Parts: sequence; C-alpha cells; structure tokens
Amino acid sequence: MAIAGKIPTRKYLRQDRLPHIWCPGCGHGIVMQALVRAIHNVGLSQDKTVIVSGIGCSSRASGYMDFDTIHTTHGRALAFATGIKMANPELNVIVMTGDGDASAIGGNHLIHAARRNIGITCICLNNNIYGMTSGQFSPTTPECALATTAPYGVIDPSFDLCKLVQAAGASYVARGTAMQARMLEKYITNALKNDGFSFIEAIDQCPTYFGRKNKLGDAYAMMKRQQETSVSVSKAAAMTPAELEGKQVVGELWNSPRPEYAKSYDQVIAKAQQGGGR
Amino acid sequence: MPNQSRVLMQGNEAILEGALAAGMRFYAGYPITPSTEIAELAAERLPKVGGRFIQMEDEIASMAAVVGGSLAGVKSMTATSGPGFSLKQENLGYAIHGDIPCVVINVQRMGPSTGLPTSPAQGDMQQARFGSHGDYGIIALTPSSVSEAYYLTIRAFNLSEQFRVPVILLTDEVIGHMREAVSLPDPSELTVAERRKPTAPKGEHKPFAPDAKGVPTLPNFGDGYRFHVTGLIHAEDGFATSNPKLVDQAVRRLTNKITDNIDEIYEAEQREIADADIVVFSYGGTARAARRAVRMAREKGLKVGFYRPITIWPFHDEMVRNAIAGKKAVIIPELNLGQMAREVERVAHGTTTVIPVTKVTGEILTPAEILAAIEEVR
Ligand code: SF4
Repeated sequence: MAIAGKIPTRKYLRQDRLPHIWCPGCGHGIVMQALVRAIHNVGLSQDKTVIVSGIGCSSRASGYMDFDTIHTTHGRALAFATGIKMANPELNVIVMTGDGDASAIGGNHLIHAARRNIGITCICLNNNIYGMTSGQFSPTTPECALATTAPYGVIDPSFDLCKLVQAAGASYVARGTAMQARMLEKYITNALKNDGFSFIEAIDQCPTYFGRKNKLGDAYAMMKRQQETSVSVSKAAAMTPAELEGKQVVGELWNSPRPEYAKSYDQVIAKAQQGGGR
Repeated sequence: MPNQSRVLMQGNEAILEGALAAGMRFYAGYPITPSTEIAELAAERLPKVGGRFIQMEDEIASMAAVVGGSLAGVKSMTATSGPGFSLKQENLGYAIHGDIPCVVINVQRMGPSTGLPTSPAQGDMQQARFGSHGDYGIIALTPSSVSEAYYLTIRAFNLSEQFRVPVILLTDEVIGHMREAVSLPDPSELTVAERRKPTAPKGEHKPFAPDAKGVPTLPNFGDGYRFHVTGLIHAEDGFATSNPKLVDQAVRRLTNKITDNIDEIYEAEQREIADADIVVFSYGGTARAARRAVRMAREKGLKVGFYRPITIWPFHDEMVRNAIAGKKAVIIPELNLGQMAREVERVAHGTTTVIPVTKVTGEILTPAEILAAIEEVR
C-alpha cells in the first residue's frame, strides 16, 4: 500500500470547485479523501468512473470529484447508478450516500442493489443525522440521542446497515471510521476490487448538528470516540453481546464473491440470441 | 412504401416494436396494468438485439434507472400507468432539468388513486404537463391507433434526442390493448435521430450551453468529458448556481426550448374545418369515436369539422385558435372531467362556446354520445 503523501489526491479533485461547503470538523472530507486514494490504489480510469450521489451534505462530494459525476434525487443514487451500470457495464460506478439518503428514503434501493449484487461500490457516510436539513434523526441515530425532531430522545431503534446489506446479498461489506482513515482507505480499495455490490459504512462526524445537540464535544472529541467505541472483527468475535453494547465492529465484515448482475445479464443476452427462453 | 410487412399487433406491442426500431436498448420497468405487456416484450426482445432490460424494485427506481441509462449513452425508456406515473414525477423532473433524453409510456387507466386499473381513461392529460414541481416544458404525444402508436413511439425517441427532453407517449387502455393491422416499414426507411456529440474539446465544452434552439449538447458518461449533472439549478458548466440572472436563464430555457420550437414538435390532424360551424376536438382513443361522430353528422348535413392534436403538449394555442375561430362551438369529448377542454377554453377566451363531453364511468365514449352533443348545439 502507498504511503501517505505519495498519492496525488489533487489530480482527482476539481480544484476550481473548492473550497467545499462542509463545516469545519465535518467528517465527509476525510471519507472523500479515502475514496480518492482508494481509486488511485486500484488504478481506475478517471474517464471511465462515475460518481453517483444522492441528497444531503455527504452527497455534495460528487461535485468536487473530477470524474463523470451525478448528484441525483434524494434516496435514489443507487437506482440511477443501477441504470448507468446496466446500460454501460464497462463503467466503474461508485455511489456516495448518507445514512438518511441510503437507509430511509432510499432503503428499498439499498436492499435491491445488494440483492442483485450489481457491480457498484456504495459508500455510506454515516454521521447519524440529517445534516443538510439541520439535525433531524435518521435510521442510524442511536436510541435516546437527541435530534431536532426527537427533542425527548429517539425511540426508534437504529439500523445496522452492514447487517442489512449482508443479509440482502452484498458480496463485500466493511465498516470503518473517519478517525481510522487509512483503514477506511484499505476497505474501499478492496471494495473497488470486488466484482459485485460492495458496501462500506464510513462512520464520520457531524459536529455541527449531531455533536452539538448531544454534547459530544468538538470534531476531535467525536473522532476520538469513534476510535474508542470501535472493536475489530477479531476482537468482537470473543466478546459477549453485553460487552459489545455501544460499540461498533469495524473491519471487513463479509467478503463472499458471487456472480455480478450485469455479467449475469450477459448470459441472458447469449441465451436469447441462441434462441432460448420463453 | 416498398418493403412493408403487415402484422396484426396489440397497441402495447406496437410501442415496443417502435421503440426497438428507434434504437431503444435499455428498459427499466415495474409491472403495472395496463402497461405490463410493454415490459414483458422488452424483457424478451431486448437481449436478442444486445440491449438490456431490468425490472426495478419500484416505479421511482425504474425512472431513475432510465435517466442513468440515458446518461450512460443508451436510448432508454420505461412504461407505466396512472399510479406509477405519479411516482415517477420527481425523477421525470430531474430528467427535464438535466436535459436528459428518455421516453416514458403512460398507458392511462381510470383514476384517481388505484381507480379502475383495467378501464380506459384520459385522466393524466394535465399530469403529463404539470405533474412534476417547478416550471418546465415537456413533450407528450397521443396515438389514436395501433399503427400510430408504433410511429409515434419512434417520433418520441427522435424528439427526445433532438430536444434533449423526456417525451411522454400518452396512450390509454383502449389503444394499449386493442389489436389492429400495422404496416411495418423496412427499418432502413425510418428516420431515426441519433444523439448529438459535443464538438468542443474536452475541458472547454460546457455541457449545458444551449445551441440556437436552446438545446445543450451533453456528452455521455464515459466519453472522457468528466462533467457534472445535478438537480440543483445549474449554470452552463453544470455546477449549481444561485446567481439570480443565471437561475432565471436556466429555468426559462427549459420552457423556451419547447415553446420556441413548437412548429417542429407539433402535429395535428384537421378535417373539414374550413366550412364547419362546429369543431370536434378530440385525441387518443376517444378520437376514434369522435371521427365517426363527425362523419355521421356530415351525413346528416351538419357542418362539423374534426381537430385531433397528435402532439398534445406543447399545446399549440395559435393553431387551435385558428381552427375554432368564428365557429359556433367546439365540442371536446374526453375520458376525464374536461382536462383538455380547459386548454381550449383558455385559447377560445370566450369567443367560441366550449362544450366538454366528459365520461368517467370506466367506459369509452361512443360515437352516438358525441353525435348527440353535436346535435344539441343547433
Ligand atoms: S452539517 Fe454536519 S454533516 Fe453537514 S457539513 Fe456540517 S458537519 Fe458536515
């Protein structure tokens, strides 16, 4: 793996679109950098890679990245991406989405993209809150946390998105944090190499809304907490559910290659052209 | 035409055949009555010609996938009906705002809501024009025969590529499910519009800069232009802007690129208007009964003309105004409560009496019902 500083990340960013709109201390820039580095590691062609995003703070990332990029409608990034991949399977398709975007309004598309195992790498920037609309709870906001639409604490149990997509059929699933950015880079690199639906949950921080409302301190304090509450896959295996309470398991959670959807459709084409079917 | 073959076809089948002839190679859909045959045929036929079909998880996703497929450079379409058409409106608006060509077939059924799923209706006429939020222009075509469904589907793709706009084929359960003989031309005789490619070099090309007609030339994803598409109001470079002047330009262009080119887009059938006292204005499946009613009226010696918009949106105010000017009345039979009568009334502006003939029983209008309305005028 390349060492820090040797990767020409600027080459992959639209310099004229910077500075970005994210708040000081926001975790999204770190995740975007991890993605750019991973793209470099894998050697994806800038001209043949499409970045697809939904709506929300994290989904603004597409505008800063020097590829073919599309900032779609709320929740629908994976559905747009599915059309792109199916229409031209030669394109590398990467989705950047937030927790609300991917798992609330876009939950159905997340399940079905995973089920098909379509060749898309989906990075979910999970900051546990709707940042763009200023602090409403999302499906990944922890129970009891405060949000503008949960002034007495959230009563909705939070979603484990990695378990969800694994159960739905994703062939590569990993979770990392903004604090452990080099590990995140490694998971995204492996995800990009996987021929199928890869899902990366990138835990990051929204100090402006989630942090302030829940008195979690500044970005640094929030990032330190990301590290403190992280447990590696191997360590977690030896822990009881009670010990894992309030922790998140980070690492490669699932890696089980199976046929990629657009390639399976190539076989449909072959069958149809040989006069099969019906 | 020399190389025609005559085939008995269902309306929905004619639509798919037309789409394939126009070069459609990506279809994303979701099952809904009475449009489902189009998806079934797409699933069967597309792989045979190297195209791709996907059944998406819902109506919203199928519209999104069509937009994605088109940006990836492939002529793309979907088909749906009332409830599905409602669900598609947000991403349809996205395609409009992004100047992304695609074709959406709406085989109208009786609404509102789940309504009468297997009954014909023309209740989505206004939704086809104003269904998505904000201001924009759109094209919608209404076939009134199976053969016309075939040719209008090809035209829908051509207009969509020429003006970089979604085109709605607004058909109905009658046309969708009826069978008629269609004369299929030799593919070499068809005019098929291909997508224009940018001529400016990479790095200098502005994807949303309009040409003389107000239409931009977007590259396809993968062409190496590395451009940005967003649903936010964007400047010619594709990036979001809130500069009032640029916002105004961007929004007006979306309407103007349709209205400024209306003569290229618009088609209507007009019969015996010149000497008529009364004009029957009708479209889609209902126009079949209306045409017959006009003939019956003429046989009785009544001076009745027939106006059938084939392009229903944009609405050609001037042509409709000319057709009804000085007439005693214009009769508008439609399977809704007067959705297009509202447009004709706007154009007539009190100078001609506008008589809607409406029916929302889930049944079609008969020639006798329309004739009765004609006879009442005297
Ligand atoms: S509101 Fe939160 S998520 Fe949005 S940019 Fe600011 S810190 Fe980041």
